[in-house]
Amino acid sequence: MAGNNPNSTPMNLTLKVWRQKNAKTPGQLVTYKVNDISPDMSFLEMFDVLNEDLLRQGQEPIAFDHDCREGICGMCSMYINGRAHGPEKGTTTCQLHMRKFKDGDTIVVEPWRANAFTVHKDLSVDRSALDRIQQAGGYVSVNTGGVPDANEIPIPKSIADKAFDAATCIQCGACVAACKNASAMLFLSAKVSQLAMLPQGKVERKTRVENMLAQHDAEGFGSCTNIGACAAECPVGISLENIAMLNREYIAAKVTSENIV
Amino acid sequence: MSWFTKALSSTIGRKLLVAITGLFLCSFLVVHLIGNLQLFSNDEGVAFNAYTYFMTHNPLIRAMEIILLIGFVLHIYEAWSLTRRNQSARSVQYAVNRPEENSAWSSRNMGLLGTVIFIFLLVHLYNFYFKLKFGEIGLDTAGNKNLYAITVEAFSHWWYVALYVISMVALALHLIHGFQSAFQTLGLNHKKYTPAIKAFGYFFSIVVCAGFAAMPLYFFFLY
Repeated sequence: MAGNNPNSTPMNLTLKVWRQKNAKTPGQLVTYKVNDISPDMSFLEMFDVLNEDLLRQGQEPIAFDHDCREGICGMCSMYINGRAHGPEKGTTTCQLHMRKFKDGDTIVVEPWRANAFTVHKDLSVDRSALDRIQQAGGYVSVNTGGVPDANEIPIPKSIADKAFDAATCIQCGACVAACKNASAMLFLSAKVSQLAMLPQGKVERKTRVENMLAQHDAEGFGSCTNIGACAAECPVGISLENIAMLNREYIAAKVTSENIV
Repeated sequence: MSWFTKALSSTIGRKLLVAITGLFLCSFLVVHLIGNLQLFSNDEGVAFNAYTYFMTHNPLIRAMEIILLIGFVLHIYEAWSLTRRNQSARSVQYAVNRPEENSAWSSRNMGLLGTVIFIFLLVHLYNFYFKLKFGEIGLDTAGNKNLYAITVEAFSHWWYVALYVISMVALALHLIHGFQSAFQTLGLNHKKYTPAIKAFGYFFSIVVCAGFAAMPLYFFFLY
């Protein structure tokens, strides 16, 4: 926290923050001044300072999503100076530190924008559309019974690594926020490939990709046009290779599945 | 709708059609460029006009012309409907957005580049195709319709030369993204081959478009 580093000079910043009462009311950018911000603070801690100031002044604090503040839960979601999760690569908003900004900077903070996401309030965004895509097929059905031996099914290390890389997706929605088309295909592709690469997931691979893409489209997300902004802004580095795999899975499923509706 | 039309109208299905037709149109560009290189042969257009006669009378080429038209229509229609869907997926825009930090300009503006190319295509068809089919056109020494003379005339106007060169720049930018993007859409992404596909796409886009742009410049400055 502030004062830990003797060389850190506190910063004074101007914030332009999106304020919106609820999903139905139109919002606007409101300007705030925050003073004596330590460069060692995280971006969310800076918001805590601002909110304490607002509470002292009897004003409504700014609503924003956060939970673990360790970069693993995927809850935080701010569009900072025109970038999802701010200017730092491979970082969630909670892991973005104020040392990445300069004294006197003006920082514009907006919520994720996509029609499939709705703004609850201020910077807090409803991303349950991603949950519904996941529920449409992002799982492996397991029958009850004894626990199988962990080494019973051999999986090559390289495949296990790739599946794990895809599984690191924290479902924050930065890919949607950064995409010009508001497409959720990086998210969707991570979920589809993670399971399609493993023997346990191959069983339901055809229905999975068909149902998950149908849900993705029904939620009103756009289509991927291979711009690559999603992968560039992804805090956990999900690769575009997953989208190619999603396309392969989809083509193969549509050509060979027995689903004719 | 059947499973087939449903699949092709999904977000992946539509871009598959854009990718396949896009690669087909790339193959057309190669044929068109190689044929038109005969404009540079120093024979007052005899070879070029003979080639024009062949292209307008060979039954196989005539059939391919219809497939080419279908390719263009599908590519434009599918890309247009995808773009409209994608634009309507975000109705409130960001007050501050810095996409240049995470992606290439051409990849984000394929619709704009495609529109420039489409307008060029209409002018281009008017300049040559319609004049050849419906216009009054003289014969060359070998007795073939003298499309070469039409070409020389068109490229004596600086505005046509400028339009053609600018359009070829737009086409090059369109292809630099589109060529490699088509392979990604078809699911062909591999550590070994993707870097080669990207490099070849870059090379292909520059060479093809520079080749086409050289034609109006040649007639305007050197002929």
